[in-house]
Amino acid sequence: MVKVPETAASAPLFDYAPAPESRAIVDIRSSYGLFVDGEFVDGQGSSFKTVNPATEEVLSEVAEASDADVDAAVKAARRAHSRVWGRMSGRERAKYLYRIARIIQERAREIAVLETLDNGKPIKESRDVDVPTAAAHFFYYAGWADKLEYAVPGNGAPQSLGVAGQVIPWNFPLLMLAWKIAPALAAGNTVVLKPAETTPLTALLFAEICQQADLPPGVVNIVTGAGATGQALVAHPDVDKVAFTGSTEVGRRIARTVAGTDKKVTLELGGKAANIVFEDAPVDQAVEGIVTGIFFNQGHVCCAGSRLLVQESVAEEVLDRLKRRMATLRVGDPLDKNTDVGAINSAEQLARITELARVGEDEVGTTGGAGRWSPPCDLPERGFWFPPTVFTGVSQAHRIAREEIFGPVLSVLTFRTATEAVEKANNTPFGLSAGVWTEKGSRILWMANQLRAGVVWANTFNKFDPTSPFGGYKESGYGREGGRHGLEGYLK
Amino acid sequence: MSPTTPARASVRKTWKLYIGGAFPRSESGYSYVVNDAKGQFVANAAMASRKDARDAVQAARKAFGGWSSKTAYNRAQILYRVAEVMEDRRPQFLDAVRQSEGLGSRQATQVVDDAVDRLVWYAGWADKITQVVGSANPVAGPYFNLSSPEPTGVVAVVAPQRSSLLGLVSVVAPAIVTGNTTVVLASEERPLPAITFAEVLATSDVPGGVVNVLTGPPAATAPWLAEHMDVNALDLTGLAGDDEAAAALEASAAENLKRVLRAPAAEPDWEADPGIDRMTAFLETKTVWHPIGL
Amino acid sequence: MTASDASLRRFLHGLPGVDQVGCEARAAGLGTRSIKTTAKAQALDLAIRMVDLTTLEGMDTPGKVRALASKAMRPDPADPTCPAAAAVCVYPDMVATAKDALGDSGVHVAAVATAFPSGRAALDIKLADTRDAVEAGADEIDMVIDRGAFLTGRYLQVFEEIVAVREACARPDGTAAHLKVIFETGELQTYDNVRRASWLAMMAGGDFIKTSTGKVQPAATLPVTLVMLEAVRDFRAQTGRMVGVKPAGGIRTAKDAIKYLVMVNEVVGQDWLDPDWFRFGASTLLNDLLMQRTKMTTGRYSGPDYFTLD
Repeated sequence: MVKVPETAASAPLFDYAPAPESRAIVDIRSSYGLFVDGEFVDGQGSSFKTVNPATEEVLSEVAEASDADVDAAVKAARRAHSRVWGRMSGRERAKYLYRIARIIQERAREIAVLETLDNGKPIKESRDVDVPTAAAHFFYYAGWADKLEYAVPGNGAPQSLGVAGQVIPWNFPLLMLAWKIAPALAAGNTVVLKPAETTPLTALLFAEICQQADLPPGVVNIVTGAGATGQALVAHPDVDKVAFTGSTEVGRRIARTVAGTDKKVTLELGGKAANIVFEDAPVDQAVEGIVTGIFFNQGHVCCAGSRLLVQESVAEEVLDRLKRRMATLRVGDPLDKNTDVGAINSAEQLARITELARVGEDEVGTTGGAGRWSPPCDLPERGFWFPPTVFTGVSQAHRIAREEIFGPVLSVLTFRTATEAVEKANNTPFGLSAGVWTEKGSRILWMANQLRAGVVWANTFNKFDPTSPFGGYKESGYGREGGRHGLEGYLK
Repeated sequence: MSPTTPARASVRKTWKLYIGGAFPRSESGYSYVVNDAKGQFVANAAMASRKDARDAVQAARKAFGGWSSKTAYNRAQILYRVAEVMEDRRPQFLDAVRQSEGLGSRQATQVVDDAVDRLVWYAGWADKITQVVGSANPVAGPYFNLSSPEPTGVVAVVAPQRSSLLGLVSVVAPAIVTGNTTVVLASEERPLPAITFAEVLATSDVPGGVVNVLTGPPAATAPWLAEHMDVNALDLTGLAGDDEAAAALEASAAENLKRVLRAPAAEPDWEADPGIDRMTAFLETKTVWHPIGL
Repeated sequence: MTASDASLRRFLHGLPGVDQVGCEARAAGLGTRSIKTTAKAQALDLAIRMVDLTTLEGMDTPGKVRALASKAMRPDPADPTCPAAAAVCVYPDMVATAKDALGDSGVHVAAVATAFPSGRAALDIKLADTRDAVEAGADEIDMVIDRGAFLTGRYLQVFEEIVAVREACARPDGTAAHLKVIFETGELQTYDNVRRASWLAMMAGGDFIKTSTGKVQPAATLPVTLVMLEAVRDFRAQTGRMVGVKPAGGIRTAKDAIKYLVMVNEVVGQDWLDPDWFRFGASTLLNDLLMQRTKMTTGRYSGPDYFTLD
């Protein structure tokens, strides 16, 4: 009904001056070793560079853990489990986790700046989301450590599994570390964690935090490296538990690797979430939810609302509003406090996004309102950048509606009835998350029932909380992280 | 010499498969000989082929929507009804168990009693499991947040090889009571109780396709089920002790990230308290958020 | 549409709903913008130019109003580059005094009329109140809607009252005082109601929509203002007519004011970043704006003793 102009004019009258967060607070060493048995040690393998994706500046040189390094870390974790951590009372374990939570809070600004430097995400996101939520996870699971007999229904005397091998992605480096380490330690396991190749720095800072907290040596071990290091960790015969967050492709490989073993596995993999907007949606909040859903963290979010399903009767209006809102997104220097969309994490990821967007352009064509659109924005010359992008006229058959792009690219599809929306939403091998926007209560609940996804956000999107179980259906993986459910994967 | 009256020839039954609520022969046309515990010929059973497995998956998928969206109360009633019908046909099950497992009458009675009781036990879980494993989550913000279990989908079950009735009921009931549908590979050498169970299902209120029963060697169908992209989970209990086969199936199952309940080292003691693990193995957790506001 | 309560209800209740949590989250998000250096200097001056410097007390006197008028014309006597405020906002009986004090300075006189703040009087009294203020020289009339009527669904009554007051704003020379319509959002309770009231007032011909009288808590908030900004944005998109927005009450610091300006900038764009289209109803805000302005120009933190108290 409401017709709005395509884009808002830019606002020269009141342009924001640069508001950079100072990076003086972080002290990045020129090189890092591995964190094994409570000490930083030189790896026996080679090393690799980690860069700031916003500038391509080399931040540090990081050890690439070899099979022998991984073995040493697993041995340290085993020793720590059998001698110290596995025997310690839950009440004592809890206090270490509380300490860690507090130190993260105290060093929040430093961690946030480091995360932004290494990852490229806007400082406001690392400051307001990643770091506080990571601290909250430790705080939450700390409290479980001495209450485990209430954690698993029917199991009044749960035991830890032993050594957990954990492999995490680059999109939320510290937060994913917290999701993995906090429940593992609370349950009495020790861990060997491999951060992503492109974002090792906050995990290494976390190693320092473990030292600062006087966590017993070997309880947490950090081995940096690429796929081979992760594979060595996952395949290590003395690992009792494998937890992985990342692509479905790698998840498959891990599931094959552990086949026939006794390893317990949690996999949190890809997604292609539908964000479904009905004609009676609270439209301004829905537009915010669409924006949050796909442009939060540059779309590097496994549960991103990458498929917008909008009811045909309001499709044009919603799109107009969305485009107008997208025009106000501030893309650029991740350290600037006013930046909404930061840098793409790596050249490799940028290439993938660029390629899929090119495919999308060919697929959707330009007729009947279909096409590719981005608001005008000046991207920095150096670094890895991709503008917020929306594809209209997308159909289920298109690759950009099926494959996880993992970037700031939204595919817009339409539907006529709730049944059609559900069919389209579920018509994917993934099943991680979904969004529903409608003001009709019974429809929300009906939709929530019908959607085959582990998380359904109704009239909101991309919300996370330590108490709230998170994880997928189908090829989005199995097991849950967060909440009481998150402990089950670390107990027997 | 007076003419002798020949003894009455028995009507021999050829055991068929149970797919989508019907009892088809194997698509392949093959059958195999089933002997009793003493090695005496009992009957021919259908040898399920990969196409039968495919049809069974299709039937299970088709049944999933209806079965999973029934009220938990209704599923409880239906499972309890199955127990009632089984109780009714105790003599038949006793014969089947004695024949298949070579048990004496007291042991066989115990097995049948346990199987019926187990069904009753699981039937009662239908409308309780959600309360036991679900949760209201106190998130740090103005949001209503609930986690509840939902069935995983189509579960392929390799049923226990030895415990042909109690073991069978103990793996099928926990899968279906929560709303999953199943393709069950019955014990290869002891399929009779499974067929009898299928006949009970067919005459109770369990919708066709919720439980599909295949007979024959696991090697003929299990790999196809493990690879099948429309199967969501795999229960390998029936491969207890066969590490190699179990590992191969688990590896195949990785292709679409099936939930896999691994084979134990030895067949479990089916008389022990089952706990809820067999239900939770085939449940997903769905978490729904909604803002709280005026 | 404006034929009956029923048809108005159908329209107003057909407007898109507002999700409270999402709306407040968006407002809070905009509130985290960091406005520094040149942008801040620009924002402070703009905010000063948008202030409706207000005194609405039973103990108001001509002396108080004259003092306020001189403050509005020259907020910082020590600094001639400091812009003037937009208007002074007074009760109708003080309009003549204010008009006299302000002369041709360009600072407007706004008068709260229509049995402000409760609005509980007969229509002819409200209209007389309005006409008195206009005759006394008011440039702007800040009226209150009948919240009782609104909350019981007598939308037509509210609508017609606004139309009538608007007619009462007319001057003999054919011009008219600008009409600001106050909702008292603290009494409307929900954002859905704020959106409906906004549309009702805009359709009835209000020139501005205004959050509050300042006499009821909560007064202006960022999310309420967000809903009203969305309403004027959508109303312009549909009708082509621009309506102004005035948050009033509770805005005391420069930091708060800048958050509002950021919101205007990002929600409706620069067209509204002008005293003709956005105002702050405030009294103590002005001094904080001045203190921050002095800090920007001198580099030192200032103190309240260096600014006039009027």
